[in-house]
Amino acid sequence: MARIVPQREGGATAISMPATRKKRVFTLTPYLFILPHLTLFALFFGYPFFSGLYVSLHQYNYLRPEANKFIGLDNYINLFTPGTNQFRNFWNSMGNTVQFVIYSVPVLIVIPLLLAVLLNSKVKFVNVFRAIYFAPWVLSVAVTSLIWWWIFQSQGGLINSYLRVVGIDPPRWLATLPSAWVAIVVATVWWTMGFNMIILLAALQDIAKDLYEAATVDGATKIQMFFRITIPMLQPVLVFIITISIIASFNLFGQPFFMTQGGPVQGSGDRGTEPVMYQIYREGFERNNQGSASAMSFVVAVIMVIISYVNFRVFRQRD
Amino acid sequence: MAVKAAAPASTAVGRRVGIGRKTLELILLYTLLVVIAMIILLPLAWMFVTSIKPKNELFTRDPQWWPNNPTLDNYQAILNNPTTPIFTWFINSFVIAAITTVLVLAIDALAAYAYARLEFAGRDKLFALLLATLFLPGLMFVVPNFLTINALGLLNSFPGAILPGLGGVFGVFFLRQFFQTIPKELEEAAFIDGANTFQTFSKIVLPLTKPALATLGIITFLASWNDFLWPLLILKDRAIQTLPVGLRSLQGAYTSEYGLMMAGAVIAAVPVLVIYILSQRFIVASAISSGVKG
Repeated sequence: MARIVPQREGGATAISMPATRKKRVFTLTPYLFILPHLTLFALFFGYPFFSGLYVSLHQYNYLRPEANKFIGLDNYINLFTPGTNQFRNFWNSMGNTVQFVIYSVPVLIVIPLLLAVLLNSKVKFVNVFRAIYFAPWVLSVAVTSLIWWWIFQSQGGLINSYLRVVGIDPPRWLATLPSAWVAIVVATVWWTMGFNMIILLAALQDIAKDLYEAATVDGATKIQMFFRITIPMLQPVLVFIITISIIASFNLFGQPFFMTQGGPVQGSGDRGTEPVMYQIYREGFERNNQGSASAMSFVVAVIMVIISYVNFRVFRQRD
Repeated sequence: MAVKAAAPASTAVGRRVGIGRKTLELILLYTLLVVIAMIILLPLAWMFVTSIKPKNELFTRDPQWWPNNPTLDNYQAILNNPTTPIFTWFINSFVIAAITTVLVLAIDALAAYAYARLEFAGRDKLFALLLATLFLPGLMFVVPNFLTINALGLLNSFPGAILPGLGGVFGVFFLRQFFQTIPKELEEAAFIDGANTFQTFSKIVLPLTKPALATLGIITFLASWNDFLWPLLILKDRAIQTLPVGLRSLQGAYTSEYGLMMAGAVIAAVPVLVIYILSQRFIVASAISSGVKG
């Protein structure tokens, strides 16, 4: 990893030290290379870590800066004090987020795994099918959510039209629970399963073929081979996929924003499909309470980091 | 090609019954593959079909997969409506995605080369610090970055929409890996010939990294084109919004005008689908490499 130094006198970088002394030379060049990125990184990834903490200790509204004031840990205390609006909204949305993680992650593992196994067959045109299965991943959350919002409409929606043809009295998908979650999970799975599928497919292709050949000689069935060879060999990748799927599902925002607007509103006033990211958006930018929204962000971030950490511990132990 | 490879498996022993079974398995497999492909493509087809339906054909008793009177009225209606300036949104999305892509490539390539090849005090510690932020949830940066953009007076502007994304670490990490695979001898030779660090970087290293730059460029463009939450917060005026944010305005501006909304969705979807069809290899490769990073 030695820095490359001009070998002859009068090199264009004006460094003409003997090669043996090159490590002593200070040159500005590397710093100029990293400067543009490091500046933007510091401003938008380093500084916000601290300014976010600072804001979370204040009653803060960017539209009325004169009223901003230091309130210590009050924003955090509110989040953990039953009876406050923040407590109710935050933990309701937290509960919704956990529900969504529980509904979506298993589906986002099982379906991509089955698709990857199918696409791992040595037949013609698998690349075409792989391309088709992956395609929805390139769309925006806006397009995805609008399409499924329309498909799940009670009136004129594709799914209910077919259900009526079959003679089933269809639910009002987006306006009732738990069917609103079904709609959101279906849209999410359609949109993102291709990503998990591609990673699992790459891992499948890395499994040594002679394992299967040996098992075939021993008379193992395909089902046996799937559970005794494929799954164990995929385990590290599966843990990784589960981790990133949990994190992605924790960040749920656009789908309910377009499809349900966080509703349906329950009798208690709680919003049925409002995940925590949506709650942070409303607290910070609809109710203009950026201090409280920052506190919520930090609590969620800590929870997410803990989840990732636990997952990777599991990953390391079994590796 | 692959079918031939499978052929030897049906050996003489199993040939009498084996070939029949193999063929049957193959037919089953293809049927399954095709059915799944159709299920995945149906929502896109429905989006497109809805967008060319006249309003009176939207709510039929049985779903109609082709309108009796196909029409472009929905497209004309949203294109000619000043409250839903979809053409402007398209241009805004394109300009923001293009500028973001060019700047990310330039900034990240410079930094990645330094972290991969140049020697300076604290290099590896600094890079480890950058990497660590990849594991931090993005949502914790949203509120403070919004306040920073506001303090800089950049709310409601393209720079406000573009700047925070340029500090991201993924591109630096991604390109650094490729720079490390280039044989050092090439750069040393360039130095001997009198090239300075920047010349070596731009004339020798960059041309060798074109596939990686293309991959990063495509995913950066797609991510920017599709980004929703950040432009939703920053771009308040309709005239400077991007397509995904505009689609929300479109959804709010009409009730039950699903033809119009699907026309808007088609306009937002077609460019990325075209890019995807043209550069599928790069996109799939980048998905794998971004997945393997963990």
